[in-house]
Amino acid sequence: MSNAIKADLKQNILNNFKSFEAELNGQSRSEVHQLRRKALDSFESVGFPGVKNEEYKYTPITKSLGKEFDFNNISKSGTIESKKVNDFLIKDLDAYNIVIINGQFSKEYSNVSSVDPKLSIQSLAEAFAEQQALLSTHFAKYANSESDTFTALNTAFSKEGVFINVDSNYIVDKPIAIYFISDADREKVIAQPRNLILVGKNSEVEIIESFYTIGAETSFTNVVSEIVVGENAHVHYAKIGLENDKAHHIGNTQVYQAANSVFNATTATLEGGMVRNNMNIVLDAEGCEANMYGLYLLNGKQHVDNHTMVDHRKPNSFSNELYKGIMNEKSTGVFNGKIFVRQDAQKTNAFQSNKNILLSDDATINTKPQLEIWADDVKCSHGATTGQLDEEQLFYLRARGLSKESARAMLLYAFAHEAIEKVKSDAVRDYLDKLIKERLNKNFQ
Amino acid sequence: MSKDTQILEEFTSSEYKYGFESNIEADSAPKGLNEDIVRFISHKKEEPEWMLEWRLKAYRHWLTLEEPKWPNVTYPEINYQDIIYYSAPKQKVAPKSLDEVDPELRATFEKLGISLQEQKRLTGVAVDAVLDSVSVATTFKDKLAELGIIFCSFSEAVKEHPELVKKYIGSVVPVNDNYFSALNSAVFSDGSFCYIPKGVRCPMELSTYFRINAANTGQFERTLIIADEGSYVSYLEGCTAPMRDENQLHAAVVEIYAAKDAEVKYSTVQNWYPGDKDGKGGIYNFVTKRGICAGDHSKISWTQVETGSAITWKYPSCILKGDHSVGEFYSVAVTNNMQQADTGTKMVHIGKNTKSRIVSKGVSAGKSQNSYRGLVKVFKRAENARNHSQCDSLLMGDRCGAHTFPYIESENSTAQIEHEATTSKIGEDQIFYCTQRGIDEESAVALIVNGYCKEVLNQLPMEFAVEAQKLLALTLEGSVG
Repeated sequence: MSNAIKADLKQNILNNFKSFEAELNGQSRSEVHQLRRKALDSFESVGFPGVKNEEYKYTPITKSLGKEFDFNNISKSGTIESKKVNDFLIKDLDAYNIVIINGQFSKEYSNVSSVDPKLSIQSLAEAFAEQQALLSTHFAKYANSESDTFTALNTAFSKEGVFINVDSNYIVDKPIAIYFISDADREKVIAQPRNLILVGKNSEVEIIESFYTIGAETSFTNVVSEIVVGENAHVHYAKIGLENDKAHHIGNTQVYQAANSVFNATTATLEGGMVRNNMNIVLDAEGCEANMYGLYLLNGKQHVDNHTMVDHRKPNSFSNELYKGIMNEKSTGVFNGKIFVRQDAQKTNAFQSNKNILLSDDATINTKPQLEIWADDVKCSHGATTGQLDEEQLFYLRARGLSKESARAMLLYAFAHEAIEKVKSDAVRDYLDKLIKERLNKNFQ
Repeated sequence: MSKDTQILEEFTSSEYKYGFESNIEADSAPKGLNEDIVRFISHKKEEPEWMLEWRLKAYRHWLTLEEPKWPNVTYPEINYQDIIYYSAPKQKVAPKSLDEVDPELRATFEKLGISLQEQKRLTGVAVDAVLDSVSVATTFKDKLAELGIIFCSFSEAVKEHPELVKKYIGSVVPVNDNYFSALNSAVFSDGSFCYIPKGVRCPMELSTYFRINAANTGQFERTLIIADEGSYVSYLEGCTAPMRDENQLHAAVVEIYAAKDAEVKYSTVQNWYPGDKDGKGGIYNFVTKRGICAGDHSKISWTQVETGSAITWKYPSCILKGDHSVGEFYSVAVTNNMQQADTGTKMVHIGKNTKSRIVSKGVSAGKSQNSYRGLVKVFKRAENARNHSQCDSLLMGDRCGAHTFPYIESENSTAQIEHEATTSKIGEDQIFYCTQRGIDEESAVALIVNGYCKEVLNQLPMEFAVEAQKLLALTLEGSVG
């Protein structure tokens, strides 16, 4: 059965690629297009992940997609009223706002006109035409089509998305917030935005990606973001998932770090039907630092799968990871963290921690913290815990007059907050805090 | 640092000491595997019809399976038609006492340091010695029989206790469980059978020594341990094998059944030929070991010291079905040169208030790869299940690897699961601390490695701990004084 779905989906995509190619107006001989074709080839050879695929063992994405989509029409543009867009914007956040609707860069709602010449923000489609040199060096060079079939699918159909280039020695004055909105009000929607973010030497920038859906139809978002962190550069990254219960989301964030760079990431999935977040970080030089924080709050039948991978390629780098999850009702949480230390990467320090709370007997957590170490002079450790709220802590609060509900909410909030407290800008942190509190009071009583 | 290198070099160049081959005439089946071979083995062992049917069922299932490729090990493809599936030392009359045992056979054991008489007299260990595929001597049998304990070779059990064998064989590891267990079920030559009756506490450690002998013989033992209500047994398994260039396949199956309030302690010291420095030769050790805590308050404990084999691929597991049952797994896996080990455990919590503990210590040296792969699974009705896992890796030398693949799956909100893992090398500061106190570098390394493994070695029964330490010292020769 699932094999039949797999084959159908795949065939639809291959058909769809032909019409996509025809729409490109003679660009089909360009360098970028060769990459797309190559990606399609790798997608064709692998196809959608089956039940036996180790990387998608706990996430039956193919089955779920097969039920909902035929993939005969992959990219579509949509129109949304500006009032709705404004509802999504993070309150009190002074930022360069970019709005992507159904995978298309919306010039209308994005305010990126008055930027410093050292910073360029444009749609990927524009960048293909105007920034050929940069694109041919960086585009699809980090997110590997062969290692992930959804990256291959995204690359094959890559056309729209965001391109950001921060010059060397420039500290971007305010955060860049990218809002991805799927308009599933009238019909099912498939969006495959593709982003490329280049940060030059000694520069600093904060980037927020957040995902939403409008309407009650099913949506599928397959997003790939490639982030290149230059020497001594600092990048603060946050990914916020707020799609609806019918949304399918596959996100690949591929990070490449040069010497002495710092990358801080926070991935908070607060809503979503079936969500998969891949965070891959390559530390390809000495003195790199990568910090990853993650939070997932699930109820209903939600399913969130966080895969992280840190590839230590060179000596003297540091990585640190903390992912926390609260599962309620019939939800399923998955965590798979991998620390890979290559033979040359001596003196690596790597830490990884995954903590989960199960609140209901129907909730499930599958966690797999992995270490693969090929060097000897390293300090690597990981820990994983699964449990419930501490009775003694509850008692302590209740003895001080708190109701059972508020005591629980308080403890859960404290548990969750640790995972998001490293978000750089106050406005985003407050926004997340507020959402977490609301959700804990609404869904986790 | 140069001293360190020197130590490691000595360690890497230490040769396998137990390599020799005794010349006993073997009664072998022709190479290859087909239904006729299965029938031949069954006929040779004078087995009843149901046993043959069972083997054939397993064989037919095996044909439909593919060799698993997921372990983190690499080896040349195995040609299953190039293996002799049956080889028994020629012996016409079953020996009644030690004196009747082939003297050459006994000399082999003496070389290994397990003289049956010595064992009998000094240590009080009942030894069911398996040389190649047929059990040749069983001691202390009478003494055990007084208590109602059955401890014999598998083929004897098939003949004398068919009702027990029929009931329990394949109940823990079904024939269709995996590729190698199906193969074993089809062609297993012999092994040990052990039954402890209700309420009996076995007064001595039961022990089997395995030894692979004639060239090109795969060993397919099958061990079945049944602990009836309220009984206790401690079972030891230890292995050495002669040196040989061709890779040998070893696919054993061990099944443990623990009824209500029963406790089984299973300890292994494995030191089969690991191949030479360049990875030539050595044993492929693909074992399926599983125990089921079927009754409430039962307990199964696995302890293993793995120093040998070119490739080790095994996961002694516990199915915690009875309420309040306990599963334990203690492991030291040492790999050197080109050895590869992918080992760990599965703890499956089904009953309420079940507990499991995992302590795994890996030491990798030379160009070896050492992986821990474990599963902790808590089912929905396993209320208050508790697990603690700890897996540490120690790296010696910069060409080796240590990997951890823990799977944790929980479906119950009252379960508490903890997992921690670390990877490190012997710190320069630790060595410095020791040398500063007048301990030379070599002894310092020994001290640290010993301390590192202590938690597991302490779990071994007294009689076995000596051998385990000997084997650790042998594998880590040069670095352990």
